[in-house]
Amino acid sequence: MNSGGRRLLIGLGNPLRGDDAAGLLVAREARRRGGDGVEVIELEGEPVDLIEAWQGAARAVLADAVASGAQAGAVHRLDAAAGPLPATLAGPSTHALGLAEAIELGRALGRLPGELVVYGIEGERFETGAEPSLAVRAAAAEVAAAALDELR
Amino acid sequence: MSEGNGTRRIETPALARVEGEGAMHVRLRGEEVLGVELRIYEPPRFFEALLRGRALTEAPDITARICGICPVAYQTSACQAMEDALGIEVEGQLRTLRRLLYCGEWIQSHALHLYLLHAPDFLGFESGFAMAAEHGEVVERGLRAKKVGNRLIEAVGGRSVHPINVRVGGFHRAPERRALEELREELERCREEALATVRFTAGLEFPELERPYELVCLRPEEAADYPIDRGRIVSSAGIDVAAAEFGATFEEQQVPHSTALHARVRGRGAYLTGPLARFNLNRERLSPLAREAAEEAGIGAGCANPFRSIVVRAVEILYAFDEALRLIDAYERPKRPAVAWEPRAGVGHGVSEAPRGLLYHRYEIDDEGRIVSAWIVPPTSQNQRSIEEDLFEFVAAHAALPDDELRHRCEQTIRNYDPCISCSTHFLRLEVERG
Repeated sequence: MNSGGRRLLIGLGNPLRGDDAAGLLVAREARRRGGDGVEVIELEGEPVDLIEAWQGAARAVLADAVASGAQAGAVHRLDAAAGPLPATLAGPSTHALGLAEAIELGRALGRLPGELVVYGIEGERFETGAEPSLAVRAAAAEVAAAALDELR
Repeated sequence: MSEGNGTRRIETPALARVEGEGAMHVRLRGEEVLGVELRIYEPPRFFEALLRGRALTEAPDITARICGICPVAYQTSACQAMEDALGIEVEGQLRTLRRLLYCGEWIQSHALHLYLLHAPDFLGFESGFAMAAEHGEVVERGLRAKKVGNRLIEAVGGRSVHPINVRVGGFHRAPERRALEELREELERCREEALATVRFTAGLEFPELERPYELVCLRPEEAADYPIDRGRIVSSAGIDVAAAEFGATFEEQQVPHSTALHARVRGRGAYLTGPLARFNLNRERLSPLAREAAEEAGIGAGCANPFRSIVVRAVEILYAFDEALRLIDAYERPKRPAVAWEPRAGVGHGVSEAPRGLLYHRYEIDDEGRIVSAWIVPPTSQNQRSIEEDLFEFVAAHAALPDDELRHRCEQTIRNYDPCISCSTHFLRLEVERG
């Protein structure tokens, strides 16, 4: 599966809203571990910027927080190149264009990486100023390892 | 939806294409509108509490996290409030950089809203990506504009989201002129595309709605400047005050159905802030190209139809490209990236024009430079009453429409404001109840 092109790990989130930082924690952990030739990007803003961020990437892994009602720290792995994210994980996003929509916009424009995997980490607290929960921190480390492994 | 007791109600689980989460509820008896409520339930005021006891230098970076779309607005209003409290002025090339950074934010924020969130309403699509399948070239134009806006923010602010180069007094490092000049070619290309976008928006069909808003925006003391980064607060009903008079001029009220406070002009009522206000009160300050494009688009003599705000945003994007190019031409790297200051106790006020309207910050700081109190009034909470009044009038005039059509038009009415509900405070649910 390694056939040239950029390999990207993108963590999404907001560092000031508790478990919403999950994707950023994944990115930071991945950077600490060091992925051989894997670019690590932290994205705090608008998910639509993903379409530029993954420009030219052959393979990309995205990590983000989700709130689907599962236990905090639960990890969902989704193949976004195969089709839209399931509605239960597509929300909630406080952004006008959420992650699922940004992926569909990329698909409509023919601008998705050839391989695109999304890891969703189940969060439990999203209050302003809150620290990420222990369950999410542990899951972030696990996802960082798994994502680097996928991108190897 | 019909219910057994004769009540009709339409619900959408979450209003799409707005920033943040909220709900709207419309009640009708026959064709009489009984009430309209925009409900916002995320408590935003935690930020004001979070700031207390922090160093004044932290305010720009902390408040920028209120919003991933308009962080520059938060940083600018926060810096200017602190500078006011400290008694320093940030002028010359540092002001040029601040305004240039802000142009980048206007471009990326307006482009996102116009092309991906609002245009689908006029073209009959459920979403930006549904529209992309048929109007790929329009969406690509929007993404290019957004990208160059982001690059401008990166060049001045260090990165495109939550810039890290901004500080009280100016910047950590002033960019090289060359780094800005590298953007010229792409800015010029996107300016041409922005001109095409003004024409594109002018050709859309607009529902009829004209309202006698009290328009509120900034007006810079520099006669040639369209309001972006600073100015006095003015209104179509004669307000003309400095930022420090914000609290004496406007008041905020708790309403039971929303966690965002409602703002109004003291002794009067609702007011409107944002592109329509800026354009109507300052359009003679636009660049010649933007003015000409507005004329051609049929809004040269002003515009009171909130649905036409998409045309005004297109004109403002064009202006922001023009202005960014002008500012880059005028830029010379300053010797010092920031004005020096010493902490002192005081109160400061800062205002700027976020893409969606006036953003006011007020801070009280102690003699060691710690924040004693913070007060932040975002544009969407200022516009909340006007949004409800627009909805009331629109529904009253179109109550005979089928529920689905009415719901769609109500959502469009809300999106006219490019509301940033996450700034003002979460999901917009929409309910129409017919009794």
